[in-house]
Amino acid sequence: MTAFARAARRLSSMHSPRAWIAICAVLAAAALVVPLSNAFAPAGSTLHFPDYLVPILGKFMCFAMVALALDLVWGYAGILSLGHGLFFALGGYAMGMYLMRSIRGEGVYRSDLPDFMVFLDWKALPWYWHGFQVFWFAVAMAIVVPGVVAFFFGYFAFRSRVRGVYLSIVTQALTFAAMLLFFQNATGFGGNNGLTDYKRILGYSLHEPSMRLTLYVVSVLVLFVMYVGCRFIVTSRMGRVVTAIRDAELKVRFCGYETNHYKLFVWTLSAMLCGIAGALYVPQVGIINPSEMQPSNSIEMAIWVALGGRGSLFGGILGAWVINGAKSWLTVALPSAWLYVLGALFVAMTLFAPDGLIGIGTALRARFGRRQP
Amino acid sequence: MRRLALVLWVGAASLLVVIARAYGADPSLEDALRGLTSEDERAVDESAARIVASPNASSALPALEALCDERLRASPDGSLFYTDEKGQVRRAITGAVAAAPADAKAVEMNNALRRVVLPLVARLRLGSPDVNVRLAAASELAKRGGADGAPLLRAAFEREKDRGVRDAIAVALARMDLSSAERATKLEALEVLRKLGDGSLKADLAPLAQDSDAAVRGAALAALGSIEGRERVVSLVGDLVHGVSLASVLLFAALGLAITFGLMGVINMAHGEMLMIGAYTTYCVQLLFEKYAPGAFGAYLFVAVPLAFAVTTFVGIGLERAVIRHLYGRQLETLLATWGISLILIQTVRLVFGAQNVSVANPQWLAGGVEVAHGLVLPYSRIAVVVFVVVVALAVWALLSHTKLGLLVRAVTQNRAMAACLGVPTSRVDMWIFGLGCGIAGLGGVALSQLGNVGPELGQGYIIDSFMVVVLGGVGRLAGSVAAALGLGIINKLLEPFAGAVLGKIAILLLVILFIQRRPQGLFALKGRVET
Repeated sequence: MTAFARAARRLSSMHSPRAWIAICAVLAAAALVVPLSNAFAPAGSTLHFPDYLVPILGKFMCFAMVALALDLVWGYAGILSLGHGLFFALGGYAMGMYLMRSIRGEGVYRSDLPDFMVFLDWKALPWYWHGFQVFWFAVAMAIVVPGVVAFFFGYFAFRSRVRGVYLSIVTQALTFAAMLLFFQNATGFGGNNGLTDYKRILGYSLHEPSMRLTLYVVSVLVLFVMYVGCRFIVTSRMGRVVTAIRDAELKVRFCGYETNHYKLFVWTLSAMLCGIAGALYVPQVGIINPSEMQPSNSIEMAIWVALGGRGSLFGGILGAWVINGAKSWLTVALPSAWLYVLGALFVAMTLFAPDGLIGIGTALRARFGRRQP
Repeated sequence: MRRLALVLWVGAASLLVVIARAYGADPSLEDALRGLTSEDERAVDESAARIVASPNASSALPALEALCDERLRASPDGSLFYTDEKGQVRRAITGAVAAAPADAKAVEMNNALRRVVLPLVARLRLGSPDVNVRLAAASELAKRGGADGAPLLRAAFEREKDRGVRDAIAVALARMDLSSAERATKLEALEVLRKLGDGSLKADLAPLAQDSDAAVRGAALAALGSIEGRERVVSLVGDLVHGVSLASVLLFAALGLAITFGLMGVINMAHGEMLMIGAYTTYCVQLLFEKYAPGAFGAYLFVAVPLAFAVTTFVGIGLERAVIRHLYGRQLETLLATWGISLILIQTVRLVFGAQNVSVANPQWLAGGVEVAHGLVLPYSRIAVVVFVVVVALAVWALLSHTKLGLLVRAVTQNRAMAACLGVPTSRVDMWIFGLGCGIAGLGGVALSQLGNVGPELGQGYIIDSFMVVVLGGVGRLAGSVAAALGLGIINKLLEPFAGAVLGKIAILLLVILFIQRRPQGLFALKGRVET
C-alpha cells in the first residue's frame, strides 16, 4: 500500500465522508470566500467583506484554537484547566516581544529599547529579551515556553494525583499568580500596559489591510491543521487510552498503562497549541497585557467548550465562535446585558444541555432525523 | 466655732488664690512678657528670668509659642493678643477669647530674641504639668540638639518623675553627649542609647561606629546592634499583628466556603459575591440609619449583622434550590454554573448601586486605634473583625458539633445514602447548610465593609484566596481552615518586607500549589481510608 493510500485511509477513519465535505466547505468559506470578497469585491457592495471585520474574525480563529486545545484536555482527558489563559498569554507575550523588538527606534523615544523600558529608565535589555529580534526564535518560544511551564506543572500535579476540581483550582491560582507577576513593572514585560504600539512584522506594516488579511488566512489554516492534528490524536490508539483515562483512570492504570504519561502529553500539547493561538492573536489585536491572564478569562474559555459540546473537538470551535460573536455584538448593542447573557449561558448549559450545542444537534437528529441504516 | 470660721476663711482665701492663678490674672507675668518685646537687651534677659521664676509660668507658654511664630500682637496700651492654631484670637496669659483692637501690631521676631525665647519655651514645656507636652518637648530638644539645651534638660531630668519622660530626656542628653570631647561621657551616653535609643539615632551613631577609639567603637556598635534588634522586634510584632488581621479576613471568606465546599463538596464560585452582598447590605443599613435615625447611627452594625446574615442566607437557599441541587456530584459543572451566577449577581449590583466603589462609614466606637508598640497603631475596626471572626468560628463549631442540625450535617457528609435510609431529610439538610455557608459569608461582608471600600468586584478578590485556605486546611476540616487562614495571613505579612506585597502573594500562591502537590489531602487530613 502506498503512503498516499495509507494517509487517505487514516483520514477517512477520522471522519465520515460527509463530515469531511462539511469541514472542507467551512474551510473554503473561511480561507477563500472571505479573503476574495474582502480583496476583490468593490467597497460598498453587498459582496464586500468589510475591512474592520477581518481582524475580528482572525481573533475568533485564535479563540477557536484555544477552545480546541481546551477540549482536548477537558473533553478527552477529563482535566478541566482554568489556566489556559496563562498559556495563551505566554504565547502572546513571546510574539509581543518580537513585535516590540522590531519597532527599532521608531517608538516615541526613538530608542533601540522598547518604549516602556526607556520610560522606566532602563539602560539595557533584560537577558530574557535577547534573541526575540529573530522572528522564528519568538515563534519557537511562543510554543516552548507554555509547553515547559505546562510540563513542569503537570508533571508534579499528575504525579501527586491532584485531579478534578483541585486541579482546576490550582491551575486558576497559577494563572492568578502569573497575572500578579506580569502586572509588576520590574518583571520586564511592560507592567499593566503590557506590550503594544507594534509597527511591523517581518518587515511589513501591521496596519496594511493586506497584512491583516494575511494574518487572518494564516490563522484559519493553522486552525485547520490543528483540528486535523487533534482529530488524528483522539482517533489514534493513544487517544482511546486518554478517553479511557477520563472515564476510569484507576482501571486503565491497573491495565498496565502509565496514565500520568498520557495525561502529561495531552496537557503539554494543549498548552503549546494555546501558545500558538496567543502568538497569532497578538499581531491581530495589537496588544498583549496581563489582563489576558485574569482567572475570569480562563473560565470563559471553559464555557466556550461547554457551550459547543465537550469531547467532539468541533464543539469547542463552534462554542468559541458563537460566544465571541455574541459578545462582539452584545457588548456594543446592549452593554449591560452581556454579563447576564454570559451568566445565564453558564447556568443553562450546565443544567439543561451538558453536552452542548453538538449534543442538542445529536438529540434532535436522533428524535426527528432519518434512522441510520 | 471659731476654728471652723478660720478654716473656712483660709479655705476661701486659698481658693481665691487658686482661681486667680488658674485664670492667670498675674499682672507681673504679662508685664514680663511685654518686657521681652523691648528693644533693650538687658530688659529682655531680665524679663525672661522673671517669667522662669514665676510660679505659674506655664500660662505664658501659648503666648511665647505665638511669639516664635509671629502670631503675637501688641496693642498700644500694652495688652498682648495671640491667634491660636484654630485662628481664634485670645488674650495672652489668661487665654480668654478676646477681640484684638484694630491698632494692635504684630510683634516682630529677630534672631536675638529667638535665642532668648526658644530655650524659654522649651524650659516651660519641660515643666508643663501635661506629660505629653513634656515628652514632646524632650524629644524635640533631642532632635534639634544644640548644647544650649543641655542644662535645661539636665535640670528637667532631675525634676522629672514620669518614667517615659525621664527616658526621653535621658536619650536627648545622651545624644548631645555623643559629640562631647570626654571619652567617659561619650561611653556613658552610648550606654544609655544602647538601653533606650530608637531608630532615629542610627545616623548619629554611624560615625562613632568608625571611631578610632576601640572602646567607643565597640560601644557604638553595641548601641547600634541593640537599636536594630529593638526595631526588628517591633516590626516583627507589627507583621504578626497585621498577619492575624489579614488572617481574620481570610478566615471570614473561607469559613463559609469550608462548609459549602468542605462539607458538601459544592464548588461555589459565587461565594465571593455573598461577601459582596453582605457588604452592600451593610451599606444600605448605614444609609437608612443616616437618613432616618442619625442619633442611633452608632448602633447600625447591630442591625446590619443579622440583616446581612438573613439576606445572604436567603440568596444562598434560593441558589441551592434553583441550581445547585441539580448538580450534586458534578463538581466541574457546579463550578461553571456558580461562576455564571456570580456574573449575574455582580452585574445586578452594578446596575443597582453603580460600578463605583461606595464607602461604609465606621461607627464612632470603631474609629481610632490602640498603639501596640512604638509607632505601630492597630485600628479598633481590625480588632473588632478579629473578635467577630473568633465568635463566628466558635458559633459554627458549636453548631456543627453540638446541635441536631450539626449532627445531621455530619451524617449526610459522611454517608449520604445511609443517612437518607435512616430518615435524614438529606435534601433539606443540604438546603440549610448551604444557606448557612452563604450567611457566614454575608457576615464576612459586614466585616469587610468596616475595613475598606465596597464595590461590585469585592468578592472576586477573595475567591481564590479562600479556596486556597480551604484546600490547604484540608477539605471538611474547620480547624484546618482556621490554621490555614492564620498560617497564610501571617506568612504573607512576614514575606511582604522582603518580597513586596505582590511578590509575597505570588510566593504564597506557589507555596500553596507546591504544598497541595505534596499533601493533596491538606494540613488536617482525615485519618483512615477515606475514599477520594
